Amino acid sequence: MIESENQDYNELIKGIWRDNPVFVQVLGMCPMLAVTNSAINAIAMGMATLFVLVGSSFLVATFKKWIPKQIRISCFIIIIATFVTVADYTLLALIPTVHKELGAFIPLIVANCMILGRQEAFASKNTVRLAVMDALGMSAGFVFALFTLGAVREILGSGSLFGVDLFGGAFEPWIIMILPPGGFLTLGLILFFFNWVTHRREIFLERVAEAERSGS
Amino acid sequence: MQELFWIFISSLLINNFVLTYFLGICPFLGVSNSLETSFRLGLATTFVMLVTALCAWVLNTYLLIYAPYLRLISFIVVIASTVQFIEMLIKKMSPTLFRALGIFLPLITTNCAILGLAIFSTNRGYGFLEGITYALGAGFGFTIAMVLLAGLREESELSEVPALIEGTAMNLIIAGILSMAFMGFAGLFSST
Repeated sequence: MIESENQDYNELIKGIWRDNPVFVQVLGMCPMLAVTNSAINAIAMGMATLFVLVGSSFLVATFKKWIPKQIRISCFIIIIATFVTVADYTLLALIPTVHKELGAFIPLIVANCMILGRQEAFASKNTVRLAVMDALGMSAGFVFALFTLGAVREILGSGSLFGVDLFGGAFEPWIIMILPPGGFLTLGLILFFFNWVTHRREIFLERVAEAERSGS
Repeated sequence: MQELFWIFISSLLINNFVLTYFLGICPFLGVSNSLETSFRLGLATTFVMLVTALCAWVLNTYLLIYAPYLRLISFIVVIASTVQFIEMLIKKMSPTLFRALGIFLPLITTNCAILGLAIFSTNRGYGFLEGITYALGAGFGFTIAMVLLAGLREESELSEVPALIEGTAMNLIIAGILSMAFMGFAGLFSST
C-alpha cells in the first residue's frame, strides 16, 4: 500500500520539476509562446490544457485494451479533439473575454505535442490511477511554466501583474516583451537559467560524493 | 487580384506563421539543423497546407454549416488522413524522395501550423481562391523561417558558444532576433 502511494506521488511530482514538459522536454512550445503575453491568459490556457490532458489520459488508460495498435494515434487524436471542443465551448460560455483573447489557440490545443506525447508514452501503458496522476503532474508543470513566462513578460512588458499596476508611473514598459520577439527571448533566457541550475546542482552533488569518499 | 496579393504577402512576411503567430515551433526548433532538410520539410508542409486548405473549404461549405461543433474533429481527421495518403503516394511514386523525407512526413500531422491554417482561414471566412492563396503564402513563409534559422544554426556551429546556452536556449534567442527583424515588415502596407 505504502509502495503504491509512493509511486503515485512520484508520478505526480516528476512533471513539475525533473521532467517539466516545457523546460526539460521542450514540448508544447506553440501555445507556450503565443498566449503568454499576460499572466491571466497564461493561467486560462494552462487550465484548459489541464482539463484536456487529464480527461484524455483517463479515457485512453480506461480503453487501452480496446484500442487497436495500428490506429492508436488517430484514436488518441479524436479523444483529445473531443475534450478540446468541450473546453472551447465551456470557456466561451463562462469567460467570453478570455476566450476572445486566446482566439484560435484554444482549438490548437489538439496539436499540442505534449498531450499526444503523454498518451503515447504513458497513459496507453499504465493503469488509470497512475495515468491520471501523471497527467496531473505534467499539466501542473505546464501551468507552472506558462505562469512563469506570462508573469515575466507581463511585468516587464506592461509593468503590471494580473492587470494590477506594480510600479506606478515610475517604470517605462518594455513593449518588445509583449510582442512576439519577447516570447522567444524570454523563453530562451529561462531555458538558459534552467541549464545553469542543473549544472550547479551536478557540481554540488559531485563535491558531496567526493567529500564522502575521502571522509570514509 | 490585389486582395489576393495582399493576402499572400501578409501571410508570407507580415504575419509569418512561425515568427509572429508561433505556429509550427516544434519542427522549427527540432529539425532546423541542416539547410537541405529544412528546405525539403518546408516544401512538404506547403503541399499538405494546400491540400488541407482545399479540404477545409469543401468541409466548410458542404458539411459544417449543419454541424459546427464537429469542425475541430473533422479538420484533424482530414489532416491526419491527408498526411497518411501523401505518405503512401510518395512511397509508391518516388522511393528516393520518401527516404529523404523520412520521419518528417508523419510528423507533419502534429504540426500546429496546418491546423492553425485551417482554423484561421475559416474564422476569416475565406473563399476558395483566397484560402489557396493564404495556404501558399503561409507555407512559403514557414519555409523561409525554417531556412533562415537553419542557415544561422549552421553558421553558429563554427563559433564558440558557452556550453550552458548551447542548443534550444540559443536557438530561441536567434529566433527572437529573427522575429524582431520580421516586425519591420509590419509597416509595408500602411494604407490597409
